[in-house]
Amino acid sequence: MPARGFGTPTPAGKAARYLLLALVLLLTIGPFLWQLSTSLKGPGEDVYSRTPDFLPAAPTFANYTQVADTIPVWTYAVNSLTVAGIAVVGNGVGATLAGFALSRLRFRGVRLVLGLFLATLVLPGEVTIVSQYVTVRSMGLTDTLLGVALPGAIAMLNVLLMYTAFQAVPPELDAAALVDGAGVWQRLVHVALPNVRGMLSVVVIFTFIGAWDDFLWPLIVLNDPQRYTLTVGLQYLNGTFAANPRLIAAGTMIAFLPIVAVFAALQRFFFKGVEEGALKG
Amino acid sequence: MTHRLTHRRWFTPWLLAGPAVVWLAVFNLWPAVNTVILSFTNAKPLGGGHFTGLDNYERALSDEQLIDALVNSIVYLLVCLPLLTLLPLLLALLVEKKLPGITFFRTAFYTPVVASAVVVALIWGWVLDDRGLVNGVLGQLGLADQPVSFLTDRWLLLFSAIGLTVWKGLGYYMVIYLSALGNVARELHEAAAVDGASAVRRFWHVTLPGVRPAMMLISVLISVSALRVFSELYVLSNGTGGPGGRDMSVVMLIQMYSRGFTGHIGYASALSLLLFMITVGPMLLLARLNRKAA
Repeated sequence: MPARGFGTPTPAGKAARYLLLALVLLLTIGPFLWQLSTSLKGPGEDVYSRTPDFLPAAPTFANYTQVADTIPVWTYAVNSLTVAGIAVVGNGVGATLAGFALSRLRFRGVRLVLGLFLATLVLPGEVTIVSQYVTVRSMGLTDTLLGVALPGAIAMLNVLLMYTAFQAVPPELDAAALVDGAGVWQRLVHVALPNVRGMLSVVVIFTFIGAWDDFLWPLIVLNDPQRYTLTVGLQYLNGTFAANPRLIAAGTMIAFLPIVAVFAALQRFFFKGVEEGALKG
Repeated sequence: MTHRLTHRRWFTPWLLAGPAVVWLAVFNLWPAVNTVILSFTNAKPLGGGHFTGLDNYERALSDEQLIDALVNSIVYLLVCLPLLTLLPLLLALLVEKKLPGITFFRTAFYTPVVASAVVVALIWGWVLDDRGLVNGVLGQLGLADQPVSFLTDRWLLLFSAIGLTVWKGLGYYMVIYLSALGNVARELHEAAAVDGASAVRRFWHVTLPGVRPAMMLISVLISVSALRVFSELYVLSNGTGGPGGRDMSVVMLIQMYSRGFTGHIGYASALSLLLFMITVGPMLLLARLNRKAA
């Protein structure tokens, strides 16, 4: 891009911009840091002080061990990871295969199936959550992690996203492979997949985040406090042992830090997609 | 390409699409149908139930808690809609320019989106606590003699939850605007600047028309998600729905009736259909916008 006069901010304008950025940063990240700070404050420190200390005087991890004594927080983390793992594998594989078939193979009924996938999008998950529970109950899966993970293991939106991505792959590529006598599987693995990696990573990232963060559905399915996922377990901690904000802060950090790490590690895929206009409005 | 050329065996497509089609039928289409069926029964969370006609719908008509929930939904919608349509656009304009470190700011502003609503609500519950940060600062500044009861007052609790939803949604809609801004032609801006148009005029006459489709989409998304609110109200009120249970949302009522010995699956299903009816309006608008964009 050639150098242009337009849009080059003056030093004062630039400083104002950074000032604004810093202000918004304080508003968005501040509460998380405040929570982190609370989680590191020892029992000797007054967390209710009217003159709040933003940094812990003597940082300690004691709250993290104590929260594990109060609720089985590490079991909850493994439970959340299990549910998220099933969701990622199910959606990564299921949505890719279906998206490919719907986009690149010609067969009877494809239009009807696509139409039905699309129709489900007007149905918010909350609307069917009660009958979803009845379905899972009839499968004997209430109070199990499989019951939590199964309904979302192939999300209709992800099938459609993968379908759209496969639609954008130039047909000539497929045609060339067909002439070479490539079978369906070879065309999927060697021709189509390398061209939809961007969308697949978006699907995987958001499936993981969605499953890890979900609250309402596991709250409905799970009863036994031993089987809770992290979000349900945290609310249980909050509701049952509300006294100590340090413990709740430590618990929220255990749920929050992994997801931030995942997102920070993968954010370049996400923002690259945004800049290429992949998420067109 | 003819049919025969894309694959040899007729069942290959069904083999690949099979799992997704099963999920479509078992976990999407059937629950939708079953919600309608269940809404005419007195099914209980632990099983059983038989046909009871329109009983559940009659009950809904005289349910005061439901009226409260609907009022809450309307307030939620009316406050969220202008704030979340406008603020993320300003935020997107702020992070649009490729300044050094801008990726860091974009990622940071997006952080509340990737955090669970439960985590966010627990954090804000602590910040807004009677003895929390906000009340500490207010007291320190002499702005409040007594702690402001953000979490125990019927309306303050609702507005705290709304504030939380807005705060958590900023980054999400910012990214959609950012994507839309990328498509607004830079040349238009330059031409306007050369013609001596001020920044405000350029915003009004170039940026706004350019992002209008995204703005329409976003206002529909905001409306639907405001009507579906659950976690914020549930966690901030510690599952109680606030004083007298008046700060419930429709989804909270559905959750409440979906479990336990006092639960009522049939009634929860009737409430679910009601929820569908109030969300379908914005949804149809969304489908129409999509068709226009395609």
